[in-house]
Parts: sequence; C-alpha cells; structure tokens
Amino acid sequence: MPLGIKIAWSFLGVLVAIAYGLVIAGIIRKVMARIQGRIGPPVWQQFIDLGKVIFQRTATRHGWMFYLAPIFRAGGGIGLYLLIPVVIGVPALSNFSFNGDLLLVMYFIFFGSLGMALGAADSGHPHSPIGISRGLSQMTAYELPFALAMVALAAQVHSFSIHDIIMAQQGGILHWNLFANPLAAIAAFIAFLGMNMYAPFNIVGAPQEIPVGPPTEYNSIFLSLMMSGRAILAVAKIVLYMDLFLGGAHSILAAFVKTIIIYFWSVFVGAVFPRFRTEQAVRFFLGWPTVAGIAGVLLVLIR
Amino acid sequence: MDNKPKSTLPVLVEPPKGAQPHGPLGHGYFLGETKRQQALPMRESLAKIKNWFRANSLWVMAYGTGCGGIELRPLTTARFDFERFGMAMRPTPRQSNVIIISGYLAVKSLKRVIRAYEQMPSPKWVVGLGSCTINGGMYWDSYNTINRLDLYVPVDIYIAGCMPRPEALLAGFGELMKMIKRGEANGWNHYLENFDWYKENQKKVINDWNMPDYNW
Repeated sequence: MPLGIKIAWSFLGVLVAIAYGLVIAGIIRKVMARIQGRIGPPVWQQFIDLGKVIFQRTATRHGWMFYLAPIFRAGGGIGLYLLIPVVIGVPALSNFSFNGDLLLVMYFIFFGSLGMALGAADSGHPHSPIGISRGLSQMTAYELPFALAMVALAAQVHSFSIHDIIMAQQGGILHWNLFANPLAAIAAFIAFLGMNMYAPFNIVGAPQEIPVGPPTEYNSIFLSLMMSGRAILAVAKIVLYMDLFLGGAHSILAAFVKTIIIYFWSVFVGAVFPRFRTEQAVRFFLGWPTVAGIAGVLLVLIR
Repeated sequence: MDNKPKSTLPVLVEPPKGAQPHGPLGHGYFLGETKRQQALPMRESLAKIKNWFRANSLWVMAYGTGCGGIELRPLTTARFDFERFGMAMRPTPRQSNVIIISGYLAVKSLKRVIRAYEQMPSPKWVVGLGSCTINGGMYWDSYNTINRLDLYVPVDIYIAGCMPRPEALLAGFGELMKMIKRGEANGWNHYLENFDWYKENQKKVINDWNMPDYNW
C-alpha cells in the first residue's frame, strides 16, 4: 500500500477512533445512570458536549505551557493509536506498526499525563497540582505491574513487536495470552483499572475532593482537545489490550466486541467500588498485582 | 466604629441610560462583534446550530448560596434526574454555563458570585431561584442580604417560590433551554453593555471591594 493512501486511511482511523471513544463514553454515562436508577443522558450526549465546548468563547490568560498541554494530551493519544494495529490482515487498519513498537507504546501511554502535568502546573489553580501529584504517584505505581506484564509477553514471544505478539496467539481461544500467560494478564488488567481512572482509582479527578482536578482551569477549545484526546487514548488502550491479550481481531465486528468487553471490565468494577485514597492505591498496585507480574515473568522464564 | 446594622441597602432602581431591552437581540449576537464576523455568510443559521448545542448541554456551576442549594441535589439523583436533558454539575466556573443563585444572597456571597460569574466563559446564563432573588423574600429587611438580584448580575430566568420544588426547577431549565434556542437569553451581553451600571450597583453594597474590577 502506498504511503499516501496509508496516511489517509490512518487519518480516517483517528477520526473514527475519536467518535468511537465518545460513543463509549456516552454508553458509560448511560450505564452508570441505569445502575444508579436514573434515566441518564442520551448516548450521543458526548458529541453535544464537545460541540458546545468548541462554541464557547475563551478569555483566559496563562503561560504557554497551559496552551500546549491539551495538544500533548491529544498528541499522545493519537500517537499511541497510530502505533497499534487495529484489525490484522487489513493493511488500511493496521496503522504504523513496526518492530519494537511495544517499547514506544509503553512510553506513549504516559506521555499525555506528563504533558498534562506541565500544563496544569501552569494554570495556577491549587486543585490542579494536587490532582497532578495524585495522578503521577498512582501512575508510577500501576506502571510497575503493567511494565512487568509487557516484559512477560515480550519474553514469551521473543519480540517487542505487537504484530508478532498477535501472530503468536492465533489458532484458538486458548492460545490467547489471557489464558497462555494468565498471571501477566491479571497484572495488566489490574493496571488497566488504574489507567482508566474509574472508581477505585479515580483519585485524579476525585469528585467531592478536588472536584475536577488537573483540568480545573481549562475551558472552550482546550477542553474540547482534552475531551477528544481522552476519547482516543481510551480507544488506543483497549485496542492495545485486545492485541496483547485477546488475540487481536480479524474483523471490525470482532474488534468492536472485544474492545467493548475490555472497557466494560473497568466500568463495572468502577460502578460498585468506592474510591481509594492515594496511598491505598499506591500500596495496592505495589502489592499483589506486582507479585502477579513478577510471577508472570518467572512463568515465561521457567517454561 | 459603627457596628450598627443597616436596615436597608442602598440600591439603584432606575434602569441604565440607553440600555438595550433585556431580551431578544437576534441569534448569535454578541458584544464586540467585528465587522468581519457580522458579514460572515450563514451567520444566523450557524448561530442557531450553536445555540442548539449550548441549550442541550447546560453545565451548571455547583455552587449553592442559600437554602435553595438543597433543592439542587435531588436534581442529580434518581427521582429528578436532570442529566437526561444533558445537564451536569461542574465544580469550576471555567467549565460551567449556568450559575444558579439559589435563594437568599448575602453580600459576602455576592462578591463570590460576581467573581465566579465573570470567570465563566462567555455564553453564560444566570438563574434566580426562589423569591429571595426577586424581591428579598422573607429576608427583605435583612441587613446583609440583597433584595433584587438583577441589579447586580443579569438574570435570564427566575424560578419563583419559597422554595420551588425540583419539578419547578426542571420546568425553569426547560424554559431556559427554549430561550437559548430562540436566541433570547442574552443576559451576558446585557452585563457587558451596561457594565458600569452593574459595577456601580455592586460597589454600593460591597464595602470591602478588594478584587479587580473585572475577573477573567
């Protein structure tokens, strides 16, 4: 496939991923509402919110890092998405996967949060640095089980390429890494809860404590960039998990079903648990999930 | 030191000179519009679309001034779920479009309300909740509450009652949405056009004015 057409397909893919992320967020709002016995907003509410936010006027004056942070966040999400093959065997939907992309993906997942940290510090609102310090401490904690799980998978396949990891899982459900290396899967899926920031680990936004946390000062076009960046980051993460643990997808329908299942794992956990305090979350991630990750690596080495 | 409480607060009741009527000014009108913006093709239709988006995604500033704040809580819960109309509570003025003055407004709170209102990004609306915001209600002769809210911030819609039930609030929000879609909720333009008059009124009641004249 020529590079120009590939770039065009990837651009289209980014737009579709943003739309998919917004739809997922809408479904989640609806599900949460139903769990709480409410009717809830329409599924397309996120699109209306995004449109409204874009049409607002802004008059904030902050440092230039404040303006750059949403771009970092959206850029981190788009960069992450572009590295991960969505549907295998379809060149138009396999994005720019290359040998060793798993390392870059591990970096890109946290890139947006780091940019956000710089921007929120520039906004000057006290809630922003508090949220950022909470978020970064939680990030360092869940990064450990996540990285151990990635190392386990890479050692198992002898490759840092996501495409190789998908190919090693073909030939039946029991070849999926979810069953082939269950300990690494446990570590990674618990780290996923921390990444998605739903209820037990929503200590960054922490409603009723530091109301919206880092984006307190963000409005209008900056907020819209962050909303779409958040949407595409969520999609990229679930696609990554689908590729690494659920054997990738051969069709768009399979990708849709698998990603929804992965995402709703964190939503349903989030719907029934209260929030951890920061030090509880850090201690949690450094406890059994890390042990599971180390055991996953050992399992591969012994085998 | 004069510690005697004032019986009534001095207020200006004459409308400002040369004020536009507080109401329909046309779709998409906003103060400080440049010639280029006015000459844009399809400006009216685009403004209608924008107003539809704004009306269907009202983010309410989570700030209760008086006893009416207790009537806002049920709106978020199962019985009077207001999220089905696309509304949500935002705890920061930067991300909210609607500020509800819920009941009596002490002069001390008025200062915070002004700061929060001026920090909100521009298409923004004020809802006066309860009788206290209309004529003082049962606090009409109190020494530290204001009697008429629209002397200090432009009110787009009042919801009368003491206290109005959540159903009344929902009806009020529905009316506000219709007004926004018709392009009639222009209080924020009114505020900027008659800025000096509003500031004069505000400074009449706020004695310790230790903030900038305009907070953005």
